[in-house]
Amino acid sequence: MFPPVVHAQGVCFAYDGHLVLEDVDLRVRKGDFLAVLGPNGGGKTTLLKVLLGILKPRRGGISVLGVPPGQAAHKVGYVPQHINIHPRFSITVEDVVLLGRMPHRSWWRCFGEADRSAARQALERVGMWDVRDRRIGRLSGGQRQRVFIARALANDPELLFLDEPTASVDRDFQTALYDLLKELNASMTIIVVSHDLSILSSYATSVACVNKTLFYHDRAEFTQTMLETAYHCPVELVTHGPVPHRVLKDHRCS
Amino acid sequence: MMPEFIQYEFMRNALAACLLISVCCGVMGSLVVVNRLVFLSGGIAHASYGGVGAAIYLGVSPYLGAALCALLASLVMGGISLRAKHRSDSTIGVIWAVGMAAGIILVDMTPGYNVDLMSYLFGSILLVPSSSLWLMGTLNLMVLGWVRLFYYDLLAMSYDEEHARVMGVPVRGLYYSLLALAALTVVTVIQAVGLILVIALLTIPAVMAEGFARSLGTMMIWSVLLSAVFCVSGLLLAYSLNLTAGAAIVMVATGGYFLSKLFGRMRGATQGY
Repeated sequence: MFPPVVHAQGVCFAYDGHLVLEDVDLRVRKGDFLAVLGPNGGGKTTLLKVLLGILKPRRGGISVLGVPPGQAAHKVGYVPQHINIHPRFSITVEDVVLLGRMPHRSWWRCFGEADRSAARQALERVGMWDVRDRRIGRLSGGQRQRVFIARALANDPELLFLDEPTASVDRDFQTALYDLLKELNASMTIIVVSHDLSILSSYATSVACVNKTLFYHDRAEFTQTMLETAYHCPVELVTHGPVPHRVLKDHRCS
Repeated sequence: MMPEFIQYEFMRNALAACLLISVCCGVMGSLVVVNRLVFLSGGIAHASYGGVGAAIYLGVSPYLGAALCALLASLVMGGISLRAKHRSDSTIGVIWAVGMAAGIILVDMTPGYNVDLMSYLFGSILLVPSSSLWLMGTLNLMVLGWVRLFYYDLLAMSYDEEHARVMGVPVRGLYYSLLALAALTVVTVIQAVGLILVIALLTIPAVMAEGFARSLGTMMIWSVLLSAVFCVSGLLLAYSLNLTAGAAIVMVATGGYFLSKLFGRMRGATQGY
């Protein structure tokens, strides 16, 4: 039995006195593919940022890869939600990906041959090596998303965090992205924040539903209790099969 | 053939000051622009006037007072903006005004008329003494050494601060050091164009370079070259037409900026077809 990759106990977080996360417990095992679902404003992204060490929790203990959040930078990959920051920034695609190698730099804080080849491999893996010399702002949303995934992969992570990776990409790339993640899942633990329930069907191995509190299920399915407690209102489950159909579950708003 | 103005020591010093200022101005200006610190730098520049007033009142060097006060202001503003990034502008505005007001009152309380006041507001590049050139050179070495050592950290922080944090970049320390060096740069550039115009010289070359540079490093190099061109041609214009040097430099820079915008628009229009 391996120690958990992510272990959070009793985590609380508040913005300006407004409680966003309350008493959250979470254990993620090595090799898991955890889907973090929940309504908008429910605290999914906040949870991710707390686990990454970007935000400091008000209370509670967290260990990520056996150390406090933010201390295992050389083993963590992060694909943030907003890929449109600084669209005019003077930076090439290759340099963006190189920034994913920050924790591996030599003692005089420069990148070496190993870093450049890791960046190249990551760019080739997402099919973006050909546009390496372009300014990042010249790329389309989907291309930019791939570059940001390459930046996370360049770090050769054991644990990969993705925040809404399909928010700005088309349907085809979405499937390709999930296939890529499934492939990566063989060698790394993956935590994906999403409000796309289709991720559950064939990719995720466990689910956490966040709406201030967190409900965890170690199989890739949404339970009735999760829905009811997380969304507090009637929920419409839409699945994408060969013939579009929907599963409607109606329950009272609490 | 040497042009005749080279024989005057004050012109030689002024030209040297132009070139020295361009280095720190271009490098720090680029970082100020990409990190969206233009307003904060304006706050530092104006708050430093409090230091000028205090120095005149106490009878010490105004630029020493300005530098200390600018460093203090950068520290305070850095703390505020790190804590509440989106709500910091009003507080910075208050510090901006308080520094100015304190400076004016302190000068009022000092007996006698003081020439330094005007030179501080509008710059005095024609009066730069050799000792100031050495200080500018020292600041340039500090800035260049710092950028050389932390280039990728600065790039990571400027491009995506949260990702930089996740990657273990010491964002806090880097941010404070960026503000401190920007504060010293602002005080130095004030000698050339004065308090009122310092932001123009800090940002115009950087914004122009951002339009075509493909990395932060080339953006810095182009900003340095552009500000050197603007400073030297503005100085020569002021010399030949007998104008205020600081204002002439900024007018040349603004002219260059609008020309580049026009050129960029024309190029964009032809690329559209």
